[in-house]
Amino acid sequence: MGMVSVSNLKKTYGNFTAVDNISFAIEQGEIFGFLGPNGAGKTSTLNMMIGLSRPTAGEIAIDGIDVKRDAKKAQAIMGIVPDESNLYNEMDGFDNLCFCAALYGMRKEEREPRARQLLEQFRLQDAGKRPYKAYSKGMRRKLTIAAALIHSPQVLFLDEPTTGIDVESSRQIRDMILELKKKKTTIFLTTHYIEEAERICDRIAFIAEGRIVASGAVPHLMESVSHGHVIQFVTDKNIESLAMELQNHFAGSKVKTRAGNSLVMASNRRIPLFPVMEFFRSKGVEVYEARELHPSLEDVFVKLTGIESSVLKKDKEKGGRP
Amino acid sequence: MKSWIAFWNILKKDVKNYYLKPPNISWGIIFPLSWTLMQLFRSPGGNILELLPGLISMSVLFGTTSMLAVTITFERSGRSFDRLLLAPISLNVMVLAKIAGTILFGILNALVPVVFTSFFIDLGGVNWGLLLLAIFMIAITSALTGLLIAVSAKQVFEAQTFSNFFRFPMLFLCGLFIPISSLPLFLRPVSFCLPLTYGNDILKGAIMGTNTLSPLLSFGLLLVFAAALFTICRNNINRKWIL
Repeated sequence: MGMVSVSNLKKTYGNFTAVDNISFAIEQGEIFGFLGPNGAGKTSTLNMMIGLSRPTAGEIAIDGIDVKRDAKKAQAIMGIVPDESNLYNEMDGFDNLCFCAALYGMRKEEREPRARQLLEQFRLQDAGKRPYKAYSKGMRRKLTIAAALIHSPQVLFLDEPTTGIDVESSRQIRDMILELKKKKTTIFLTTHYIEEAERICDRIAFIAEGRIVASGAVPHLMESVSHGHVIQFVTDKNIESLAMELQNHFAGSKVKTRAGNSLVMASNRRIPLFPVMEFFRSKGVEVYEARELHPSLEDVFVKLTGIESSVLKKDKEKGGRP
Repeated sequence: MKSWIAFWNILKKDVKNYYLKPPNISWGIIFPLSWTLMQLFRSPGGNILELLPGLISMSVLFGTTSMLAVTITFERSGRSFDRLLLAPISLNVMVLAKIAGTILFGILNALVPVVFTSFFIDLGGVNWGLLLLAIFMIAITSALTGLLIAVSAKQVFEAQTFSNFFRFPMLFLCGLFIPISSLPLFLRPVSFCLPLTYGNDILKGAIMGTNTLSPLLSFGLLLVFAAALFTICRNNINRKWIL
């Protein structure tokens, strides 16, 4: 059994099914990404996993603890970063961290050094004595993550950790997530940023309309959507007029021009480079670059979910940049 | 021990963040003081002792109900309250910690008219033990009423509106201004369903010895009210806030 185990989880609100019979497991030290557009069921799933919402059906276990039966015991080993930074405006950064530590029963002599350590780790030591309400969005997000880590949880739940914050803070947060992985912290992360999921997650589940459409490691997901072999050629002159001739010359291939000096050749079989180069040379064209193209995770997402990537991009625009 | 650390820190945070803020301190002093002065000016020759139970009850009631309802609704709207729901502490400890600050605030509010009237009259005949017990029990039941309101309100203004909806009828029906025996017959059962009726009766007994019910009975009924309100609040939080 993994560190996190979810089986046949379902959540309905009246006639609306927010989460529809999903199952997955996360191993210790793994970063598991939940990728989907707004309203796909990401936060509903997370809320059930952390004990803030009751499942309509299904089971959730965190390190073998049944969350439905013993949520408080499970919460003791969880760190939770909600989609909105939700610390106390009236308190400064240091006091906020100490208060969160006290909620986990940490004594003063444990929580104060730990709070200082986290402020330093997140480069917030200068802001530690400033009230939380005076923090920028990025600083708030970092302090909220620090608060979730105050008791050194075994499992960290991150709901859209980098939405709406600046590039530098996002980068710091991603680096911190990768650091935690090295320390064997298990991480469940929801996001609608495809690039973020691709960059840091060991495995990803695509969720759409409450269902997991596909899940697996990034290379595995890529392989699942085979699009044959694609090579892009960049040449010294305009080759638009040669596209059709090239396609006819190599049976079974499809050729599309991209700008004037570039074309893409696709085939279900491997494309032998030498004959293609010979073809270009015979036409007096010099090839500067030949590069194999792989499908992006975005292509995979679109193909598997049927959701246009523009939907995710709209969500991204609403939330800010990663 | 871990629960105690959490309890103590929630209480400390609430006292520091809400109850020790200048507007609340001034409210806690000015409100009971102005009521006391108003009553003194209104009936200069009257017996101040007769006014004291009412002044104490009002000070506790106004100091606790809306305060807890507003602070919790405020934390709920900013979602910082979720931190408490997600902490590995029992719901009982969390509820007790949240009402503890309000109870303290209510008790301090109640002491303002007591201290103020002590400058005008001799309070040597007051049964202080009974008086403090009554203040404590009124503060507990009022704080829990505030929590009950908080569970029903989504916005801060709703919490304030609901608080008044409970407080004003309670003030007029608990025998503070009009003796229960003078109320229309159909309203009297309502009076006996209000915790403030019993708290006020113990106060009257402690200050003037004019209680109508046995203090033991009133105290017992207040305990029942407190236990019932606590259970309802706890269940409502469990049902409404953990969806």
